[in-house]
Amino acid sequence: MLTPPKYWREIPQRYRLEAAKCAQCGKVFFPPRLICDACKGEEFETVVLPREGKIVSFTEVHTPASNFSDEAPFAVGIIDLGNELTILAQIVDCDPGEVKIGAPMRLEFRKLQKDGESGVLCYGYKAVPAR
Amino acid sequence: MRDVAVIGVGIQTWGELWEKSLRDLFVESALNAMKDAGVDRIDSMYVGCMSSGLFTGQEHLASLLADYLGVNPAPAARVESACCSGGLAFRMGFMDVASGMSDIVLVGGVEKMTDVDGAAATYALATASDQEYEAYNGITFPGLYALIARAHMQKYGTTREQMAQVAVKNHENGSTNPHAQYPFKVTLEQVLNATMVADPIRLLDCSPITDGAAAAVLVPLEMAKKMSKGPVIKVAGSGHATDTIALHSRKDITFINSTAVAAEKAYKMAGVGPKDIDFAEVHDCFTIAEICVTEALGFFEKGRGGKAVEAGKTAIGGEIPVNPSGGLKAKGHPVGATGVAQIHEVVNQLRGACGKRQIKNAKRGLAQNMGGTGGSSLVHILEVV
Repeated sequence: MLTPPKYWREIPQRYRLEAAKCAQCGKVFFPPRLICDACKGEEFETVVLPREGKIVSFTEVHTPASNFSDEAPFAVGIIDLGNELTILAQIVDCDPGEVKIGAPMRLEFRKLQKDGESGVLCYGYKAVPAR
Repeated sequence: MRDVAVIGVGIQTWGELWEKSLRDLFVESALNAMKDAGVDRIDSMYVGCMSSGLFTGQEHLASLLADYLGVNPAPAARVESACCSGGLAFRMGFMDVASGMSDIVLVGGVEKMTDVDGAAATYALATASDQEYEAYNGITFPGLYALIARAHMQKYGTTREQMAQVAVKNHENGSTNPHAQYPFKVTLEQVLNATMVADPIRLLDCSPITDGAAAAVLVPLEMAKKMSKGPVIKVAGSGHATDTIALHSRKDITFINSTAVAAEKAYKMAGVGPKDIDFAEVHDCFTIAEICVTEALGFFEKGRGGKAVEAGKTAIGGEIPVNPSGGLKAKGHPVGATGVAQIHEVVNQLRGACGKRQIKNAKRGLAQNMGGTGGSSLVHILEVV
């Protein structure tokens, strides 16, 4: 169950795409973490992910988990944002049949799910075709 | 480090076993393994189980199962690594015996998955992915493997037909396995036209929801030589590795690096390479997974796994038979039990006890078990000494 604290903690990432840049080597992590796997640095500065990227792979989910029962079918893809940063997001505002690997996408702020038991409205990012 | 042998294995016929509880499933398979081994006591026990909490509401599993097996106060631990919890339990048992801490160790795996409905089971399974950055966005396990499949198709030209051929082969193998949940054959057309689950993965590309358990008994090799009535089966190699559990965080989503690294370790320990393996039981949770795994294990070059299954190289009688048991596909996939059930099949193949699906002159077999989309992998090599 998605309780308010569990949801609230991730808001900087889900609403604003806040990532962490290693102060020592410059590697960017999304979501942020406490130690850099490249140089073991522990100092980070907050940076914001680019919102534009390209589809690495995609699928259309027909049999979702219980908390997404009302949404199916929906498309999901991996979006390459450049600089070795990738993100997984639903792909919306287009015909699933027209989705292609390599297609340019943009991440937008959208409603993702409504958690039945706690009543929390869940927002985050979804990918839409970039024009 | 002491050499370790497997002296007994046990399982039951898997399926939707509504009349059997989690504890009964485990104890039934554990007793079968202990009888097969000819032991009436154990020094310690390890149980692989992914999510008894979400599937049945029961935690504190190891002590409960030790109680119902009648071995309290023997030390018992439950280990979890998603779908390779069973393989991990086997490795823990191997390490326990190898280290000299215990002589007779029971390893088991169990999952009771049908006490919840399909959507709840999908939810429980999705907890093996990154909850905050994968599952939160609605992706499921078939969906994650569909992402792998589409990327593999794009990069290497792997086809839907090649993926479907994995299901056809494994159901053919599993059709004579008395423990299989779905011991029937399927045609290429049936797989290609099955209900869509997550494009391009269809229902018959997926392993099922299953209730089941499996167990094995490990002892020092020297003890096994005195106790074994049949061939003595040594655990020649054990490898374990991890990767990001978020699929999108990997540089190449078509290559299962944790399996490649675990295999490298197991091959090194056993002093062998992929060419020296007579057959393998691998983690075909989805048809594309078997294709990727046969590449990561070094049986085929990157991108050639699809062509290999199409050419019959992985069939019984082929170059390197893969999943003679029917795999997760036909045998069923009670997630925590799968890794130990693979050991069950490898041992029985090495004993020459597999009837119609027996591989001729099987002397060295490999078992590969993985968690999630490859966030964790276990590889074990067993051989007749």
